[in-house]
Amino acid sequence: MSDELVIEDLHVSVEDKPIIKGLNLRIKQGEIHALMGPNGSGKSTLSNALMGHPHYEVDNGTVTFNGTPILELESNERARLGLFLAFQYPTAIPGVTMANFLRMAVSSVRSESSNGSETTELIPMREFRRELRAKMKQLGVDESFARRYLNDGFSGGEKKRAEILQLAMLEPKVAILDETDSGLDIDAVRIVGESVNQLIGPNLGVLIITHYPRLLNYIRPEYVHVLLDGRIVESGGWELAELLEEKGYDPIREKYGIAETVPETDGEAEESSAFRG
Amino acid sequence: MQLSSELIQTRPRAHNVRTGDFSRDFVEEISRCQDEPKWMRERRLEAHDAYQSLLMPHTADDDEWRRKVDMRTQDYWRRTKRNMRGFNVDDYNPAAFSALDASETPASSGITKTQAESNEESSGVIAIEDGSPVESFVSKETERKGVYFADLNTALKERPDLVRSYFMTKGVTTETQLRSGNIPLRNKFDALHGAFWQGGYLLHVPKGVVVEVPLRVFIALSESGHADLSHTIIVADADSKVTILEEQVSSNGGVAGFHCGAVEIFAGQNADITYVQVQRWNQQVWNFSTQRAIAGRDSRLCWVSGTLGSRLSKLNQTAALEGAGSNVQMLGLTFTHSRQHVDVSTAQEHIAPHTSSDLLYRTVLRDRSQTAWSGNIYVYPDGQHTDAYQKNDNLVLSDRAHADTLPGLEIQAHEVRCTHGATAGPIDKEQVFYLMSRGLSRSQAEKMIVDGFFEPVMDRIPLDSVRGELQDSITQKLAAAK
Ligand SMILES: Nc1ncnc2c1ncn2[C@@H]1O[C@H](COP(=O)(O)OP(=O)(O)O)[C@@H](O)[C@H]1O
Ligand SMILES: [Mg+2]
Repeated sequence: MSDELVIEDLHVSVEDKPIIKGLNLRIKQGEIHALMGPNGSGKSTLSNALMGHPHYEVDNGTVTFNGTPILELESNERARLGLFLAFQYPTAIPGVTMANFLRMAVSSVRSESSNGSETTELIPMREFRRELRAKMKQLGVDESFARRYLNDGFSGGEKKRAEILQLAMLEPKVAILDETDSGLDIDAVRIVGESVNQLIGPNLGVLIITHYPRLLNYIRPEYVHVLLDGRIVESGGWELAELLEEKGYDPIREKYGIAETVPETDGEAEESSAFRG
Repeated sequence: MQLSSELIQTRPRAHNVRTGDFSRDFVEEISRCQDEPKWMRERRLEAHDAYQSLLMPHTADDDEWRRKVDMRTQDYWRRTKRNMRGFNVDDYNPAAFSALDASETPASSGITKTQAESNEESSGVIAIEDGSPVESFVSKETERKGVYFADLNTALKERPDLVRSYFMTKGVTTETQLRSGNIPLRNKFDALHGAFWQGGYLLHVPKGVVVEVPLRVFIALSESGHADLSHTIIVADADSKVTILEEQVSSNGGVAGFHCGAVEIFAGQNADITYVQVQRWNQQVWNFSTQRAIAGRDSRLCWVSGTLGSRLSKLNQTAALEGAGSNVQMLGLTFTHSRQHVDVSTAQEHIAPHTSSDLLYRTVLRDRSQTAWSGNIYVYPDGQHTDAYQKNDNLVLSDRAHADTLPGLEIQAHEVRCTHGATAGPIDKEQVFYLMSRGLSRSQAEKMIVDGFFEPVMDRIPLDSVRGELQDSITQKLAAAK
């Protein structure tokens, strides 16, 4: 039986402001979904809430992973069930090398005990090194990455590749990629796209979150959903992505009578307006 | 050091111990029964005069330890004073051991032999317990190069001229000559040390000699009520290079003790010194130490201080950059828990031109512990083209812990580049979330963040084994019950 992430009638607020307003979505292992929405529509809010970020308040709804309700679980327990989030803005942790961190993370998600026991047995160094080297080679990541401090001083592209490397090492069942293409030049998007493609297979379900369909030229989703004002307003196939590429979000906004909201923190306004134009 | 059960007895233990006897008579007796030269006796007595004329800093109304009293320092100093109230010097024993009594049956020593492999990874080892040397080893090769490394009482007999010229004359003195505003000019503890010092060591590296493998020193307190008054002198002559790792440990976990120490470091022209001191006394020990390094022309000093132990610690550290082109790095790693209190004052004194210094002190606090760091970059009028940097970061793991941080600059030259900064705050929740989202438990995530926070200092500690021990202490502290 394949694992499935099931989101039903999810409501999430940030600082008492409702952002996700009744969202339904099912993602099975092996499926590729795309979630598209303009800036500020709540894409990152959804991802963070699914991963259990303490800042995001779930007001209503259920999320189950392979039948297990996860909203009450700590983030690490969600990770251990096989959920993974590639962050839009990965956090830097100075002084912690990628290798040390990954060894601990991989050991934690693979360890037998179910309740995140404090004394995780580390996987043997040689075994870990061999695996890390192989994955780095597969993804074309430079070996010096292993010795660098986690996301510290990384360029935008390096951060995104580091997230994909973690995805490869942790072997989750369902991965959410939150705008893994944003802030990258076209070459970097291609590299990231090809890397993700290598990891896709029957054991991995993927939710590709983006407001910009160019990543989808490398990873072709089977299902496309449009997020507007905290709800999925349209779901379809590849043709929906093509429609967005062509016309932008305005026709859909008009159809559902949703005014354009100007995001408060807007690092990517230019990119998004270029897309609309 | 691996504490094994193997006992070593190279010399008799202190045979003359007197509780709370910090009298002039006892100074005379220490000097006499150790057969010290007249000049040393005189220095001891002079220090004793100073000791008697000074007030205990925490009982004094006027502030001996804070020459410059502004509102901020007052507030910070008040905490140290309050936490010192439980200290009474009369509860502790100065000691003297007689060199003439070598035939006496030695008492069994609680300090344990540094294991063979420790000797192998070392050019020399000195172990001192409660003021008496219990182990002394210098590798053949080190000896052949002319390096002198011995406990200070022995050095006083074998190298009197060296001791005479460096012992409390220009490094740590009872009358501090230089004027960094945050280090007291006259300190009762330094005077006490000068009068009753016992143990410690002299390291002398002759001109041009490079000691590849680190030298190691273990200073231990074992018996209840003992005072450790060990004195460190490191003299590296021109073009020499050496690394010393000094560890202060309690070989008995629960007994009260008192350390009143001094460290004097002299880097000759173009010398290169790495000095690491790790303080891991138990939580019943009062720790006071004044430390001063003098950097000669074009010399380099990497100075690392790890503070994990003690009930209360007051540390004064000064790097005096006297020689043009000298460079000093000062790195500090402090982790306090329970009700520990650690107060550190640092001074980077740029006396000569073209000198550079870089200070990074990182502190983690738990429970109700308190720390205070005050740092001063002091650039003298001749210190043109100084390049000085100073940073103190505090990771505060509990709402009830308190970190004071007081960076400071006093600049009297025009052409300088000085920067300083300080931070204090809890662990970043985003970092914890990030790590937990990858499968780490909350405590694993916090541990990883703490380890990362200490990494820039840890990185400068040259021996794996010492890093490992520090790491173990940090892990234990993180896991300790609240
Ligand atoms: N951490 C946060 N603090 C405050 N407001 C937030 C936070 N995260 C998101 N928001 C708000 O929630 C809304 C949706 O943001 P977000 O989920 O980041 O959108 P998207 O990822 O689709 O661009 C925006 O109005 C944004 O200002
Ligand atoms: Mg986003």
